Formats: sequence, structure tokens, C-alpha cells
Amino acid sequence: MSTLVSLQNVVKRYQRGKQSVEVLHGVNLSIEQGEFLALMGPSGSGKTTLLNLIAGLDQPTEGEVTVAGERIDRLSGGKLAKWRARHIGFVFQFYNLLPVLTAARNVEVPLLLTNLSSAKRKQNVRAVLELVGLADRATHKPSELSGGQQQRVSIARALVADPTLLVCDEPTGDLDRENAEEILKLLQMLNRDQGKTIIMVTHDPLAADHASRTLHVDKGRLVDAAVRSAA
Amino acid sequence: MKYFLLIWAGLWRKKTRTILTMLSIIVAFLLFGLLQGINQSIKAGLGDSSNNRLWTTSRMSAINSMPISLMDKMLTVKGVRNVAHLSFFGGYFQDAKNAIPAFAINAESLAAVYPELNITQAQINAMKSTRPGALIGRPLAQKYGWKVGDKIPLGTTIWTTKDGTNNWAFDIIGVFDPTPQFANSPLGSAFWINYDYWDETRQFDNHRVHQFITQIDDPKQATAVSSAIDKLFENSPDETRTQSENAALAAQLKEFADIDFIANSIVGAVMFALLFLTANTMMQSVRERIPELAVLKTLGFTGGAVSALVLTESAILCLIAAIVGLLLSAVAIKGVGSVLGAGAIPPVVVVEGLVVAVLLAAISGLPPALRAQRLNIVDALAER
Repeated sequence: MSTLVSLQNVVKRYQRGKQSVEVLHGVNLSIEQGEFLALMGPSGSGKTTLLNLIAGLDQPTEGEVTVAGERIDRLSGGKLAKWRARHIGFVFQFYNLLPVLTAARNVEVPLLLTNLSSAKRKQNVRAVLELVGLADRATHKPSELSGGQQQRVSIARALVADPTLLVCDEPTGDLDRENAEEILKLLQMLNRDQGKTIIMVTHDPLAADHASRTLHVDKGRLVDAAVRSAA
Repeated sequence: MKYFLLIWAGLWRKKTRTILTMLSIIVAFLLFGLLQGINQSIKAGLGDSSNNRLWTTSRMSAINSMPISLMDKMLTVKGVRNVAHLSFFGGYFQDAKNAIPAFAINAESLAAVYPELNITQAQINAMKSTRPGALIGRPLAQKYGWKVGDKIPLGTTIWTTKDGTNNWAFDIIGVFDPTPQFANSPLGSAFWINYDYWDETRQFDNHRVHQFITQIDDPKQATAVSSAIDKLFENSPDETRTQSENAALAAQLKEFADIDFIANSIVGAVMFALLFLTANTMMQSVRERIPELAVLKTLGFTGGAVSALVLTESAILCLIAAIVGLLLSAVAIKGVGSVLGAGAIPPVVVVEGLVVAVLLAAISGLPPALRAQRLNIVDALAER
């Protein structure tokens, strides 16, 4: 397996008023292609900040972030946006679907940034909705879907452009146990059968059990690493 | 084009607000089209550079009469082609409130200076052979249902006949069809009567007229010819005041109201208010969608792309409503506008309206577009 994500001495400081707050203190991390990594830690530990840096949503104050062979800490806003479109699929805790669009149209949004024809876009959307088991809900708006279904649409949207890396921020945080379990199994399947590299931030140890490796973040540092077998 | 659905969906996120904003813009552009349309039509009519007519009235006032003999002297001025005269009859039909635009003229000379009235040679001949004859415009004939052969009694509060009555009667010998431009003007729907018959029949002010209309060879010489005519009668008991027909009409209109100022003031005030309304709608719309815009940026939309979406949304909102407003004004102008001489909305007003709509969209859409462009994804997703 090759290294997909590499962080070297990454420091992140935020300016809060006149105060500078250091959230990450010299983090070093390496994630292999095809891994399903869970990032755990208490609130305010810096795990979401770490995820944002890996996903190119934010830039480190110091250090190097290399993803898929690219030093993304050196990319400017516009280039970083294009890089995200090509390499990253996002799954949010609260799904973050566009309420005025149907499930199919929501899934199609990342494909609008590609040169695919309308017919090809529709074909890809149909395929990915079938993969997450929601082909029959394509014309439904988010308000007409359950939380679990909305999160499946969100995963479909993250997958549709075939990204290098799937980034999930508390994907089961807003779901009941049954729906959470279904989503985690879906992620596991995507990792196992489709070979997707997944990084998931979670509070939930049961959710982390579905990952192949779990890292704990505390007070801006990686405190230990436990390699686990996928469930 | 592929982004259209995304923009369209964003536009209708709050249907009621979008509809109300659109209605405001529609009303504003209806007003814009109507006022500017009438204004431009009037200006276009007055500014017709091919108009080669001069109006001469008494220097004292337009209602003072002048000897008809001045006409012969005017014909001697270099550059003058034809001269016609016109006198106010001030008539009414049956009741004083049914005012009839009746004027005493010589049909032949009038037809020469006003070819737009489309008076035929047969009608001129008929006027010559029927002394109490009347030649009327099609709009007037249609209004009262008059036709050739009808005898029309007209009352007047000014002119008494030699037998001491105020009762006049005229035989309609022809109905003329003026050009569309003249159809709405008083001349196009006039009731022309023979000057000779009227002058012989009236008790006083004989051999005098109220206005001369001079047709000149070159419209560019209007000022020089006007001065030459007025100079002819300088220091005489009948001093004249000559000006181009366009200038005379503009002066008459200005006495009634400064349409240009009124139209521009109203439209300016409405557009200024509309700018705040639309800008507020767009700001509110973007504010509510901050997390959604942050998601678009997360998915790979650049800051420029997101701001372009917002600006396009603003443009669609303003342009659709402006087009509807201008279409409505085009319909309205056919009804209301014709009273003031505007038959259709001039193309220049439509172009102006669309330019104003684009400016409105740009100015009102720019602040929210910039906000969307500068949006920090991490803060927006955390709803900070």
C-alpha cells in the first residue's frame, strides 16, 4: 500500500480577537491508500481541524500537508477548490443537502464542475444512488427523506465524482443507532469493495469499531494509535 | 446552462419573497416604460428634424388675430415654399362640453403644408364647391359617427353670424385619413371649415387670421427664415412671432407640464427605492444560504463561481421582472399613452429599461456576491 496522506509537523493557530489559539501542535500523520481511519477525541481536541486540513478546507499555519502526491498547503484558494473537486468527497454530520433540489440533483452538483454531458451525469447519478440503495427516491427532496436516507444521499454526492479520499465528519452523529449502523456498514462496504480511502471523525467508539485504524486526538496532539481489524 | 437549475432553485427558495420582490420590480418597470415611453414619443415627435414648418402668431399673444394680407408678404421671403393660415372657430357640438377642434382654413394651402393629413384633390375641390363644407379627420368622424353628406350644427361662444345668431351648420364633404403620427394630434382629428365662408358670415374681425403655417425649403434654415419673417413686420401694428413647429409645440407642452422633468424624477425616485429593496432581498437570501454556499465551496466551487451564481440569480430576478414590466407598459401605452400622443413604446426605452435592469441587478447583487466569494468555509460550516 502507498501513502495517500502525509502530515509533517503540522501546526494550526487561529486568531480569536487579539488572542492566538494553537489548535494543533506539530502533528505528524501518515494514511495509507485504502485505509478506513477513525479519528476520535473529545470536543475541542482538534480532530475536525485535522480533518479540514487533510481535506483542503483550511490551511496549516506551519508544516506540510501532502495528499495524493500534492502539497496542498501550497495551493491557493482557487486551485485548492479545484483540487477538492477532483480528490475529495465530503460527508457532513447534518447532511448539508440543498433543500430546494431533489436527491438526484443534489448528487449531481459535484458533477457540474466536470465536463461530463448531461446524459452521462444522469447515468452516474443513477448508478451511485443505486449503490447507496436510494434509486427509488431520486426525485424526492431532502425534506421528504428520513435522516438515514439523507445521509445516504450525502454519501452518494460524495462518491459521484469518484474522489481519491472520502472525508466524513461525524457521519452518524445525527442518526439513531439503527440508521447509524446502516451508514457505517455502507462506508465499510465502500472501503472494502470499492477500495475507497476513508477518514472519519467520530465521538462514538462503536462507530470507530467499523474502521480499520483508530487514532485519538487530544489537546491538539495525536496521543496513541490502535490498529484494529475491520469489523 | 448546466448551472441554471441550481440558480433557479436558489431563486425560488423563498417563493413569497421572490414573488413580492418581482412584483415590486414589475410595477417599477411598468412605470418606467409608461413614463419614459410617453416622454420619448413626445420628444421624438418634437425633435423630428425633417419638420420644415414654421408657425407665425401675433407677437402680442397666440389668440390675437393678424391681417390675412401678411401672407402675401411672407411668400416673398427667401426659402419659403408655401404659406397656409388657420383661425380658431372654438366650436362645440350640441353641448358646450363637447368641444370640437374646428378651424377655418383654405383647404388647398393647408393640404400643401400638411401632406401628413392626406387631404385628396377631390376633397379640396369639394371644399371649393361647397362653401359651408367641412372636412373632418377620421378619428373625429368615428367618435361622433359622422359621415359625408351629414349636416352638422356647431355652436360657438365667440363668433356670431351676420344675422345675429351663434348657430352655424356645416356639410361634411370629406373625411381624411391622417398618418398614424398625426392620428392622435388635434390636427389629425380636426374639423376644417372654409375660411372664406366663415369670414364672410361672421360679424367681426374680418379679413384676419390667428396663425400662419409656413413651409420652408430647408429645415436647417428655420431660424434664419423665422427672423426674416418677423423682420418684415417689425414696428408695424401687427408684429409677429415666428418659431419652428417643434419649438412651438414644445413650448405649448411645457406650459402644460415639464413632462421630461416629471418623468425622470418619478422614475429616478422609484429606481432608487427599488435598488434598496432588491439589494436587501439578495442580501437576506444569501445570508440564509451561507451554509449552502459553504457546501458548494466545499464541493469544489471556487469563490468566483459562487459569486457568479449569486450575481446571475440577481440578474434573472431583475431581468425577468423588468421584461414583464416593460411588456405591460407596452400594452398600457397603447391605451393610456395614446391620449398623450404615444402610440407605442419606442425601442430606445426598451433598451434603456434593460440596461437599467442589468445595472440594478449588478449593484444589488454585488454586495452579497462579494460576501459569498469571501466566505470562509470552516467558519460558515460551523455557523460562526
